[in-house]
Amino acid sequence: MADPFSIQVLIDAAFSGNPELWVPLVWAGLLATAVALYVILDGFDLGIGILFPWMPAEDDRDVMMNSVAPFWDGNETWLILGGGGLFVAFPLAYGIIMPAVYLPLIIMLLALVFRGVAFEFRWVAKPKHAFWDYAFAWGSIVASFCQGVILGEVLLGLPVKDGEFAGGALDWLEPFPLFTGLAVVLGYGLLGATWLIMKTEGEVATAARRYAKPLLLAVLGAMVVISVWTPFAIPRVWDRWFTLPNLFYLAPIPILSAVAAFICWRGLAGRAELSPFFAAIALFMLGFLGLVVSNAPYMVPPSISVWDAAAPLKSQMFLLVGTVVLLPFILGYTAFSYYAFRGKVRHGEGYH
Amino acid sequence: MDVDVSLLARIQFAFTVAFHIIFPSFTIGLAAFIATLLVRWRITGEPHIYSLAKFWTKIFAVSFAMGVVSGIVLSYQFGTNWSKFSVVVGPVIGPLIGYEVLTAFFLEATFLGILLFGWNRVHPNIHVGAAILVAFGTSLSAFWILAANSWMHTPCEFIFDAAGKVTSQVCGHVMENGKAIPTDWWRIIFNPSFPYRFSHMFTAAYLTTSLVVMAVGARYLIARRFEREAQTMLRMGLGMVILLAPLQMVIGHEHGVNTLKYQPAKIAAMEGHWDGKHPADLVLFALPNKETERNDYELRLPIPGLASFIVTSRFDGLFPGLSDFKKEDRPPLIPVFLSFRVMVGLGLLMIAVGVVGAWLWVRGQLFTARWYLWPAQFLWPTGFIAILAGWWVTETGRQPWIVSGILRTADALSPVGFYAVLTSLILFVIVYAIVFSMGVLYINKLILKGPIGAAIDVDPSVPSRPLSAAASAARSALKAPPAKFSPGE
Ligand code: HDD
Ligand code: HEM
Ligand code: HEM
Repeated sequence: MADPFSIQVLIDAAFSGNPELWVPLVWAGLLATAVALYVILDGFDLGIGILFPWMPAEDDRDVMMNSVAPFWDGNETWLILGGGGLFVAFPLAYGIIMPAVYLPLIIMLLALVFRGVAFEFRWVAKPKHAFWDYAFAWGSIVASFCQGVILGEVLLGLPVKDGEFAGGALDWLEPFPLFTGLAVVLGYGLLGATWLIMKTEGEVATAARRYAKPLLLAVLGAMVVISVWTPFAIPRVWDRWFTLPNLFYLAPIPILSAVAAFICWRGLAGRAELSPFFAAIALFMLGFLGLVVSNAPYMVPPSISVWDAAAPLKSQMFLLVGTVVLLPFILGYTAFSYYAFRGKVRHGEGYH
Repeated sequence: MDVDVSLLARIQFAFTVAFHIIFPSFTIGLAAFIATLLVRWRITGEPHIYSLAKFWTKIFAVSFAMGVVSGIVLSYQFGTNWSKFSVVVGPVIGPLIGYEVLTAFFLEATFLGILLFGWNRVHPNIHVGAAILVAFGTSLSAFWILAANSWMHTPCEFIFDAAGKVTSQVCGHVMENGKAIPTDWWRIIFNPSFPYRFSHMFTAAYLTTSLVVMAVGARYLIARRFEREAQTMLRMGLGMVILLAPLQMVIGHEHGVNTLKYQPAKIAAMEGHWDGKHPADLVLFALPNKETERNDYELRLPIPGLASFIVTSRFDGLFPGLSDFKKEDRPPLIPVFLSFRVMVGLGLLMIAVGVVGAWLWVRGQLFTARWYLWPAQFLWPTGFIAILAGWWVTETGRQPWIVSGILRTADALSPVGFYAVLTSLILFVIVYAIVFSMGVLYINKLILKGPIGAAIDVDPSVPSRPLSAAASAARSALKAPPAKFSPGE
């Protein structure tokens, strides 16, 4: 079957001047941005929890947690914006995807409950906080794994009949979603480790550097596996990447990924404190871009496009106006908060 | 439609939303209380106010964390359990929640970090500003979510003729292809029940917090600990109760009068009123029986037509009774009827607490009257219970509709299997039970510890606390505010 949505068709739609065509695309772009920001911000935040089991000393764990504690709530708000944005802009997709990923989603939410309250409970519980150490670590690991599973399930495609999800509750129990689950845990672990290299010093930073290297290799391995797996499993993805002229347009994505990986590795091998983190982010964003490219313009692969799923123009416009006005403020004060807490986190800091 | 799944999904939603609302009920008011304390401290420099602010911020942090995580769960429940709801009214509800995220959630989440961790990191003015913004964010959040919820109750404005019959309605949306398409956002947000619901809930949140603050103050006074701080808490908490409890009754009454116009079946259920052809007496207690269409075990106030008077302002006023509605259009009777009495009963109790407290205050006996303080330390749950009861009245009273006149609850369900919903419901109950009981335990631990973290004793006549050397050191540290902006090393 020929691809009804070649890259040219997408570009034409974006510049068509017809709001019914371009507004949904703008929303899809905004959603992708929200998800990307979520993955970066909550990624390193969850990554801290993923690394917890490998950093047993209580002092070190205090520092690790304090390095993200002022931000975690703001970071998770991007997840609400992602889910909320889908609800607003593409209610049909929301109504299909959410029941489809029901169990992994609920388990993810519950895992987030445990790790979220651990930020406060762990301090108040001291000295009997062992339970909340586990809750924080396992909450982070399970939540990340479930996010990967959800991603994998949606990438494989969801069966839809009459605008409703028509699959089973355990469809995600397949090799590919489980693999993407693992990949996301490793990836967030990498982000967390490089964040610690940047934000801490002494024993924590040294250990983080030690763990970051194998994590980087594992993430690269996972990215290669996914890049090979998806085009072979899904012909649509194959056509998107491996036909001319697409191959030329898209070649920069893998090339830049290799560059980012190289910079990250160099930084880890040397003494650099900033470059590993930012290179890891770049790597993540390129991987994410790759997935977007593979699947655009599908909201629910392989059947529901952004236009099929779009909310009425009135609804999309109402919130679009507000988003365009408010997003700069949000980004501004988020940046201010990171600025206020800049610099290395030390032992004994925090308000508890 | 599978009835069992529907029931499970409703139980799950009711459970998760009821769990969630406990925390906003407290944090909305507490954020404002902390901001007030910090502003007062900036103006007067009183150290005990500072230590109070710090103390309540710790409790705030624990409650807020539980509010956030349970809220995130909820925002996904619309999709997981009510996906038809999302498709049919998503175009209206979605953007309202979207604005809540953009205007409120980011604001409160980001400045929460600064409020909690910024004590020595940012300039005190910025820190106070962060507290104000968190309080503002929680109020905005209530604004948007209550607009959404009120729209579900009263999506359209009714036009009445002289006889009180509905002649036509004006809506902010049109139905197209089975979907509610928004046309007039102003009408949608400021729908007929919104002003009442917003002010009633907002006042409820402040009232709840005031009662908690007051109860903690009373607890310390009874135990003769932290007396200086305790007196401030008692005065601030009680002061708010004196003002707000009567106000809440007035707002609630107006709310009910408005509901009579839009959801008369709900009012009939609240009053336990069956026969619309006669004026109604006030029923204190009963078990409305839907089989026999009358009340069992009824206990009335012996003032003829009192309920009619409350609802219509006339002792011989008529309003529809339950028998005037088809069976399938009536809400579940017993929950609505009983919860309403719980809410109003607690509301009257709060007014009494305020009146007695004011009397003691005027006579200068507030801090010594143990017969008043001792029970007052157990007042803290009353606000929460009244709020849960109130929501139970409102939401159950809307049944069988999920959105009045637009979508029935039974038609709103997701195509999710019985076992999937059952599994998740069990998981929710277990996880929430753990988190909730530990949370309550930890808040109690913080209260037992008391405002000592920043204990700065200014009143040497209060004997129960040592630490004067540390206190004066801390005091001088406070007088020189931390370095501006730069991260305190
Ligand atoms: C009257 C107020 C009120 C009501 C009725 C609700 N909420 Fe809420 N919610 C709040 C008031 C609030 C609040 C005060 O803004 C928060 C912030 C922390 C807290 O304790 O409550 C909150 C937190 C909060 C969060 C986390 C925000 C963050 O990260 O900071 C989400 C996603 C939701 N809520 C979603 C919901 C949904 C989907 C509801 C309805 C079904 C709902 N809330 C009812
Ligand atoms: C403010 C936003 C709210 C929205 C959008 C909302 C929406 C809903 C929905 C979709 C249902 C399911 C329909 C049903 O089974 O009845 C429901 C039921 C319910 N809600 Fe709400 N609700 C909100 C707030 C609350 C709050 C704050 C409470 C507090 C306790 C609450 C209590 C309930 C209860 C008890 C039910 C079950 C009623 C029944 O099963 O008969 N709701 N609500
Ligand atoms: C004392 C007299 C009170 C009266 C006459 C009153 C009246 C009402 C009425 C009529 C409703 C139902 C609204 C509807 O039609 O859906 C309601 C709901 C509610 N009440 Fe009250 N109330 C009183 C006290 C309180 C108190 C003390 C609290 C809590 C501290 C409270 C919290 C609520 C809440 C949270 C709701 C549900 C949200 C809403 O619809 O506003 N009420 N009240």
